[in-house]
Amino acid sequence: MKHSNDPISKDMFEIEPATTLDNEIIAKPQLSFAKDAWLRVRKNKAAIVSAVLLLLVIIMAFVGPSLSHFDPYQQDVTKTNLPPRIPGIEKLGILDGSQKIGGVEQNVYEQNNIKEYYWFGTDSLGRDLFSRVWVGTRVSLYIALLAAVIDMLIGVMYGLVSGFRGGKVDNVMQRVLEVISGIPNLIVVILMLLILKPGIISITIAMVITGWVGMARVVRGQVLKLKNQEYILASRTLGAKNNRLLFRHLLPNLSGVIIINTMFTIPSAIFFEAFLSFIGIGLQAPQASLGTLIEDGYKTFQFLPHLMIIPSIVICIILITTNLIGDGLRDAFDPKMRD
Amino acid sequence: MVKYVLQRIVYLIITLFVITSITFFLMKFLPGTPFQNEEKLTVEQKEILNEKYGLNKPLPVQYANYMTSVAKFDLGNSFQFDNQPVTGLLKNRIGPSLELGFQAMLVGTVIGIGLGLLAAMFQNTWIDYGSTFLAVLGKSIPSFVFAALLQYYIGVKLGWLPVAAWDGFSYSIMPTIALAIFPVATAARFMRTELIDVLSSDYITLAKAKGNSRMEVAFKHAIRNALIPLITVLGPMAVSLMTGSMVVEQIFAIPGIGEQFVKSITTNDFPIIMGTTIFFAVLLTVIILIVDILYGIIDPRIRLAGGSKK
Repeated sequence: MKHSNDPISKDMFEIEPATTLDNEIIAKPQLSFAKDAWLRVRKNKAAIVSAVLLLLVIIMAFVGPSLSHFDPYQQDVTKTNLPPRIPGIEKLGILDGSQKIGGVEQNVYEQNNIKEYYWFGTDSLGRDLFSRVWVGTRVSLYIALLAAVIDMLIGVMYGLVSGFRGGKVDNVMQRVLEVISGIPNLIVVILMLLILKPGIISITIAMVITGWVGMARVVRGQVLKLKNQEYILASRTLGAKNNRLLFRHLLPNLSGVIIINTMFTIPSAIFFEAFLSFIGIGLQAPQASLGTLIEDGYKTFQFLPHLMIIPSIVICIILITTNLIGDGLRDAFDPKMRD
Repeated sequence: MVKYVLQRIVYLIITLFVITSITFFLMKFLPGTPFQNEEKLTVEQKEILNEKYGLNKPLPVQYANYMTSVAKFDLGNSFQFDNQPVTGLLKNRIGPSLELGFQAMLVGTVIGIGLGLLAAMFQNTWIDYGSTFLAVLGKSIPSFVFAALLQYYIGVKLGWLPVAAWDGFSYSIMPTIALAIFPVATAARFMRTELIDVLSSDYITLAKAKGNSRMEVAFKHAIRNALIPLITVLGPMAVSLMTGSMVVEQIFAIPGIGEQFVKSITTNDFPIIMGTTIFFAVLLTVIILIVDILYGIIDPRIRLAGGSKK
């Protein structure tokens, strides 16, 4: 810092003419809502890494089963319980198809003269675990998509109508919602078991019945808060119809809340399916989902740990990444966190 | 307040009524009869059986009978276990489940609050990142994966703790840990956000200005206010403990309600499945009701909002 003992001479200053013209000029380009959010998410390294990882998993779910050239349902009794073997890496001494049987290191591939490379090994019926894992991942992705669609369609609509209409309509809709939200998801699935066979359909129906309650509540709360704001009144005064108010004014302002909520229902829905399959009321054999694969692998966990560990890793990756992306989006959209 | 509680109890009863009714009608529409060797029975024998179980009465009467017996906690008899009453089976198995659930809740919330506190006090340091990362892991890793890994590495490989079964405190340590990870994660995340909010409020600045130490401020002033909203997550925690207990009890072979339930699903023992379903529904709705009422007592703003709704 300069001190007062070396003053700056007056002739170094210049008088700036007072104008009001450039007060209105916006120095930076205006940001749209999505762009603004993107700038924020981009700073969150965990969310970006998660998004890339998740994208990889999604790609693998589509191309994975055809990469290994083995049918995920094809049984082959001559090639059961093989440990993983990957070409290239096998020279490093890991994943070379050897395993300890009774404390002795053995290579089942060499003993049985198997030429193929099963990247993730095979299960007790000789099915290729690599393609089964990715086929199972598809189930998780379907559940994720389903959860998102249900949230968006039923939950958002229910919340919008309930909050916007208010009065008697709101009252009745809230009472119905209260009753539905009192019924745990698991119990709906069990009730479904009585009339349907366990499988993807009963899980889907259960999710349609109960999956949207949280979203409906949040959206209704937000609508109640927003609908009395001046911009809605202004638009109404200008003659806007309800539809326009709902879809042009309210919905865009709700999009942050909707996206955050959807991102958080996705991991819990994926977990739900895996959980059901694990306890035996989800997908049934020979269908593969990550839950059923983990359940199968658990039976022989002591002897063939890879059968359980590989699908477990995949589901953990999916759940951790979706949670982290959800966190990142929440930090990006939540106005409270703005700095 | 009384009005709010009464209103909530009415909804609770409606919810339970809906669940039991659905249960009854679904059971009615199941194909087949509950009698074994149906083809060998004569018409007279069938009539006697129908008479005995009240199956010859019109549907509304059967429905009324079923509802009254459920209200008296009579949930029918098991198919598998020699016609034992379901209520008795549940009673025998509730002990281990309650013990596990209680331990997991206690351990989970205490550790979770601690982690959340550390994260908030040392915000944006490695302590914060570490505890947040742990919380994400705890929230993401499915309980059955975690339980199986614990069992294999600590039970089988290291041999530190018994692998499975239920025979004293040491047998409950691993299942408790497996169940507690979700409460830990939820409590830690919640506590961190709440505390950061509270720590930036004026009265905390005042407390600091008065010369209190960091620890004093955190423990005397901040935690109390951050703890109140934590009550709201107890409901979802109870739900997760219930689902978690099924797999964890199955993996560690604990004779609890969850293990019984999973077993009944695989053997199609419908009376037990339905009885347990109703039991779980009652348990969960009552817990959520208690949580809401507690919250209303502690935080008057909720009470007002609840009371003004008609």
